[in-house]
Amino acid sequence: MFETLSDRLAESLGRLSRKGRLTEQDVDNAMREVRRALLEADVNFKVARDFVASVRERAVGQDVLKSLTPGQTVIGIVNEELVTILGAEREPLRNPDRPPQILMLVGLQGSGKTTHAAKLAAHLRKDGRSPLMVAGDVYRPAAINQLQALGRQINIPVYEEGVNSDPVNIAINGVAHARERGLNPVIIDTAGRLQIDEPMMQELVNVEQRVHPTEILLVADAMTGQEAVNVADAFNQKLSITGLILTKMDGDARGGAALSIRSVTGIPIKFIGSGEKIDALEPFYPQRLASRILGMGDVVSLIERAQEQTSEADALKMQDRLVKGQFNLEDFLDQLQKVKKMGPLSQLLELIPGMGSQLRQAKAEISDDDYKQIEAIIRSMTNTERRNPHIIDGRRRRRIARGSGTSREEVSQLLKQFSEMQKMMSQIGSMAKKGRLPKNMPFDLG
Amino acid sequence: MILKFFRRKSAPDAQLEQGLEKTRRGVFLEITRLFDRGVLDDDLYEELEMLLIQADVGWDVSQKLVAELRQRVERDRLVDPLAAREILREEMIQLLEGSMRNRTVKILQRGVPFVIMVVGVNGVGKTTSIAKLAAYHQGFGRSVLIAAGDTFRAAAIDQIKVWGERLDVPVIAHAQGGDPGAVVFDAMQAAHARAADVLILDTAGRLHTKHNLMAELGKLRAIVQKTVPNAPQETILVIDATTGQNGLVQAKEFSASVAITDILIAKLDGTAKGGIAFSVAKELGIPISYIGTGEKATDLSEFRPETYVDALFFGDTEGL
Repeated sequence: MFETLSDRLAESLGRLSRKGRLTEQDVDNAMREVRRALLEADVNFKVARDFVASVRERAVGQDVLKSLTPGQTVIGIVNEELVTILGAEREPLRNPDRPPQILMLVGLQGSGKTTHAAKLAAHLRKDGRSPLMVAGDVYRPAAINQLQALGRQINIPVYEEGVNSDPVNIAINGVAHARERGLNPVIIDTAGRLQIDEPMMQELVNVEQRVHPTEILLVADAMTGQEAVNVADAFNQKLSITGLILTKMDGDARGGAALSIRSVTGIPIKFIGSGEKIDALEPFYPQRLASRILGMGDVVSLIERAQEQTSEADALKMQDRLVKGQFNLEDFLDQLQKVKKMGPLSQLLELIPGMGSQLRQAKAEISDDDYKQIEAIIRSMTNTERRNPHIIDGRRRRRIARGSGTSREEVSQLLKQFSEMQKMMSQIGSMAKKGRLPKNMPFDLG
Repeated sequence: MILKFFRRKSAPDAQLEQGLEKTRRGVFLEITRLFDRGVLDDDLYEELEMLLIQADVGWDVSQKLVAELRQRVERDRLVDPLAAREILREEMIQLLEGSMRNRTVKILQRGVPFVIMVVGVNGVGKTTSIAKLAAYHQGFGRSVLIAAGDTFRAAAIDQIKVWGERLDVPVIAHAQGGDPGAVVFDAMQAAHARAADVLILDTAGRLHTKHNLMAELGKLRAIVQKTVPNAPQETILVIDATTGQNGLVQAKEFSASVAITDILIAKLDGTAKGGIAFSVAKELGIPISYIGTGEKATDLSEFRPETYVDALFFGDTEGL
């Protein structure tokens, strides 16, 4: 079930390419895989249908049928189309005609509005601004306390009137309060609500009409299924939604909901919530989400995470080695050391592009205890062996197994997995060099 | 009409009824219409698959349900669409019932607290569900105690305390940022000292991909087992009804770190059908035991496959 779209396409079309030309039937089969993968990523079924139709149109064109690696070409087309739908350009927050900038957060229960009010405030303060948060959720028990606690934590003021006041008045008074004190932007937290709850939706409409927010941001959970579109559409019909904050992207949801919302409503995705810490808010990059939906891995995130543990120069060098296919066991060991501090090994592997299904299988079997084993095996190799794993023959294997307290099979397995990974990466790397990859493949740091 | 089944004691609530009314349109009306059209052809099967996917049933399970239906229609040479509709309905119910057989019989022992551990990813509705579970057990005349185990999220402790006051349920809590293990330990002591029938443990929301946080759940479980070896007698995973295919991964990962005995589907009062329940039932065999349908403490019901399938996929207007 973790098999990804890019694997499947490479597999099914790759096999055919050895036989010669692709037929339309082959393309149809590939499109079936695309559709399935999109649906498994929670892309809305209508969006998936239209998407497949437009990819197909391009894919039956000459270039694919004649291509030597049609699998890669089709993946490239899918990737490009995904980026197009997700919005090629990043859209920044709007500026108001006159200050303060008013940002109102709306969404379903539990999507992460209150947490993201604080994240957004902290993020905007970095630009030298003085935000005010307004506690407009008078319904959920202790929602106001939550915003206040977050405010104390990041030292940003919170305007509140307790739970017995009307949310519309709270918003109006909150904005007035900000004007008096020269606070800007104003971030209004609202209660979570179902899009079908008429009185509650009307309340938001009233807030909009009274305070005229600069932006109304819909906060949506990345794990949302097929309903995402209906929810966004309903909110957008009542209110003028100006942007989307996609939360909980630090999990493993593919985030197809975002694609659907963007495609159906045209609402641009402005931010990504990627963790429970206050600073876990990132601007949205279409390419990264496209890679994620495709299951292509995400070299950019890999490098970014590595950067947390190492210098920028080191990270760039690593990126270069990855692209050139020079990533060897020494680098792998080095990464292991760093990644130990970042979380489970499986996450690093997930980020490596073009991971073959075999490796993915192996990943499923790798637990954190296996860190030690992998480390031991690599450490039992000489430096030359680490740089040139292909020289490791039967005798060397036996020695390494003995040195690391493992079996020869275990050493072989690691080597096999590694060479698989290396092969995939150098393939992608050489394609990038020849300029056969679309401009915005995951290597574009854009 | 759903209310008759989905709600236990409380009086029908107009607003909730409205909500469910919306849920009931959408997919099930279309399924009904599909079979009313009269012909069992390729178009019907294709559209049916789409409708199931639209309800978050997922690609695999939708394929399987449609393939099975098709096979039976062809084998039995059925031409009556209504008969086919009934087969689909039965298949769906059976799929869910398969996992219901895994529901363990839970016995409340005198002098031993019945410990319920509630887990899930962030924002699925754990705290509200705990309030509902407390009210549910109170409804049987049981004394309930709650442990405020979410020491991480800002004001989570306040939130559960508000519920405690509303329901008159004592809440064992430490300060925010404290060790959840210590809260659980104290709560176990308190449950014994006060001879509480039921102890409900709140836990902080965590993404199933966060290795350390998942390991922490195992530790909490171990603390509970120090005083009551077979506890927690119930470990409930709360899943948001709007969750898509990631719900299956959630269920898998949580099961791996704490043995999940039951699933509670929250927020089923929206337009989402909670179709991920089918994948969870089929792949993991974990029983769906409860559903949450609103923001009040009484908005909890026991899950019944037949009622759920009828209400959300076929309409419950026939045969009642």
